[in-house]
Amino acid sequence: MLTLSRWKVTAVILSVIFGIVFSLPNVLPQKTLDALPGWVPHQKLNLGLDLQGGSYLLYEVDTDALRAERLTNMVEDVRTTLRNDQIEFGELGEAGGIVRVRITDPGKVDQAVSLLRRSIGGPLAGAIGGRDTSISNKGDGRLELSFVPEAAKADAVKAVDQSIETIRRRIDALGTKEPTITKQGSNRIVIQAAGESDPARLQAVIGQTAKLTFQMVDETVSQEDMVAGRIPPGVVVLPGTEPGAPPLPVAKRALVTGEDLVTANQEFDQNGAPAVGFRFGGAGARKFGDATTRNVGKRFAIVLDGKYISAPKINQPLPGGSGIITGNFTPESAAELALLLRSGALPAKLNLEEQRTVGAELGADAVRAGAISLAIGAAAMFVFIILAYGLFGIFAALALVVNVLLIIGIMSMTQATLTFPGIAGLILTLAVAVDANVLIYERMRDEAAAGRSPMSAADTGFRRAMVSIMDANITSLISAAIMFGFGSGPIKGFAWTLSIGVFTSVFTAIIITQVLIGWWFKTAKPKKLPIA
Amino acid sequence: MAWPLIRLIPRQTHFRFVKWAPVAAAISALLIAGSCVSFFTQGLNLGIDFKGGIAMEARMPTPISADALRNVARATGAHDVQVQGNFGSPNVAMIRFLPTAGGDAMAEANRVKAEIIAKFPGMTMPAPSVIGAKVSGELLGSGFKALAIALLLMLGYIWFRFQLQFGLGAVVAVFHDIVLTLGLLSVLQIEFSMTSIAALLTVIGYSMNEKVITFDRLKENLRKYKTTPLRDIIDLSENERLSRTIITGSTALLALGGTILFGGPVLRPLVVTMTFGIIIGTYSSVYIALPLILVWGAKRGDDEASPIKLGAGTRP
Repeated sequence: MLTLSRWKVTAVILSVIFGIVFSLPNVLPQKTLDALPGWVPHQKLNLGLDLQGGSYLLYEVDTDALRAERLTNMVEDVRTTLRNDQIEFGELGEAGGIVRVRITDPGKVDQAVSLLRRSIGGPLAGAIGGRDTSISNKGDGRLELSFVPEAAKADAVKAVDQSIETIRRRIDALGTKEPTITKQGSNRIVIQAAGESDPARLQAVIGQTAKLTFQMVDETVSQEDMVAGRIPPGVVVLPGTEPGAPPLPVAKRALVTGEDLVTANQEFDQNGAPAVGFRFGGAGARKFGDATTRNVGKRFAIVLDGKYISAPKINQPLPGGSGIITGNFTPESAAELALLLRSGALPAKLNLEEQRTVGAELGADAVRAGAISLAIGAAAMFVFIILAYGLFGIFAALALVVNVLLIIGIMSMTQATLTFPGIAGLILTLAVAVDANVLIYERMRDEAAAGRSPMSAADTGFRRAMVSIMDANITSLISAAIMFGFGSGPIKGFAWTLSIGVFTSVFTAIIITQVLIGWWFKTAKPKKLPIA
Repeated sequence: MAWPLIRLIPRQTHFRFVKWAPVAAAISALLIAGSCVSFFTQGLNLGIDFKGGIAMEARMPTPISADALRNVARATGAHDVQVQGNFGSPNVAMIRFLPTAGGDAMAEANRVKAEIIAKFPGMTMPAPSVIGAKVSGELLGSGFKALAIALLLMLGYIWFRFQLQFGLGAVVAVFHDIVLTLGLLSVLQIEFSMTSIAALLTVIGYSMNEKVITFDRLKENLRKYKTTPLRDIIDLSENERLSRTIITGSTALLALGGTILFGGPVLRPLVVTMTFGIIIGTYSSVYIALPLILVWGAKRGDDEASPIKLGAGTRP
């Protein structure tokens, strides 16, 4: 094993060069780094939020609310469908995820079932010919409609994916330093903004659903009706966005929604007050044009997230699909609303479950303390191992240096995040790497004591110790893989550093020391091992 | 002529490790009992990572009086206020408290922050951290699940490479280390945070490494000395790898030593846990894993048994 084969020497030289080149950006001053040509690696270690400071926001997509909303829509769809075909019905309502309706005319039950089957719900994603709703006839004219279980799951997945996309568009529009947005588990979204110690701005744009709808005002409902709670079916009473605005009865079904918006901008109305101008495109423009044509002289409410902003009267048809939202806006709030409308509504409400911020200074203090103490620890380790094993200790120390260079180099290259737990993983890695060399050297001493020649003892030492080293490292790798697969953020950081370390440690502790010891045998022609 | 120092360690030792196993078992049992008592009486000092809560950092151009800050924070009506001063520098302090049940934690955090800043001119506070108990609880759960699966798979690997008894011995010993480490955290009331999870993982990693290395030597000696009693082989293997254990253990402890002294209050809890873990991991290899194998017995010579039989069959 101690033969200096060409591939081993090449591998060692290449790895040392790799380690130095890729670790270097971490110690060079920024100015020097900027002056280097483009082909030189520039990437520094990607420090986690706990080390460099920043904000961490965890949102949960409110899939229950989404579900409830879809069921409300289903009720309204059933109402409109049956009304349009003049089928008499009653007892329409939703409870426990099931929409129930009773067809009063027994002769029309079959017609109603086939009608509803055609017009309620939509195709099921991922299943050809499948529908996302099921209808069952319970007899006596009673029908039950519900979403199939797969639809609920697909809905949630879609909602989370759409939310991430929307959040990304909104944050891009803000123009801050690019935060990372990731999905966690089935219905959570994590936003990490490094260096951002005040997440208020992020929260302002993420926390709002920004669901815009245009709904007709129901003028038949009087103030007294609302107070007495006499609300006709299909009508809902909405509060206003302004404090003190009177509640407004509007049709549950929206005429047009913000989904069809093409653009929105901050503008000024004819009185010079800030407002939000918007334009619908394609189908949305047509729908908006039709609705305004049909309802000239009536009022419609412009509703944002369940509260109406204003309820203007339609003075003339608006066939171009564009209009203006007036309200009590400041230029800033109008611009923000325009941004939210442009980037689209979130499919569901997002609840902020967790907010973590680490001040950049606290992070920097921790990094400084960590770096100093790690350096002292490493120095103590080097001195000890050299005192213990002499020349071979120097070899082990050199291997360890290359090991650290390789880990830092690989972490910088892959831009894996180094966190506090990652540093713990690093310490464990180095301890196990030293152990590999100790195992090899102790084995050599055993073999030398058993009467082998120095060369043979060293060779056997490597070969025999290899088994233990492999067993130990494979065990580490197994646990790292599991922790990476199942663990959450911080555990992942630990697992990743550990896995990189397993590979670099096996390489440096075995191959590098082998080449060094092989070279020493070749040049010094020793009669005796320095450790025996 | 003492250098390299490794020559100072005697070449051959004949410690009777196994003889002390009953004593060690008693000590371990006592320590585990103590840990359990501590769990049930004072429990773990869960940090906001796992308990949920609000934490914020305060910075001043001049040193901060933790007592004054605590009083002001209490006066705002915040619950369970803890102020940790001298966080790396006397000008920095950490304030932690629990949100009012059922209230809006974010709003409360911002209110308390504003009220504190009003009382201390010149103080700056980055946005507070607010952690919901729901998410943090799940985080703890998923961490322990990952741990359990990892332990099971390691058991599988050791079973495959060695024997089932070895795997069980290793897992029981590692479990012993986990309990004692958690016990230490509970007794000293070190805050249990995400970082503690990392420390615990490190302890497990180091301990498992110790077990595997120990087993490798044991396996080799079991093959070499087919008729020697298991008890003696265990002692022999332990003596043979004694110098390695001393060197590796000391190196690991030295690496951590720097951090205990200079790591600052953020790193210290992590390192104290890891140091304890390294000691306990080394101890449990000798006094938990190996004695368990002695009790359960190890299969002997099976690896060589089949080829010998085959050879006998072909002989005339």
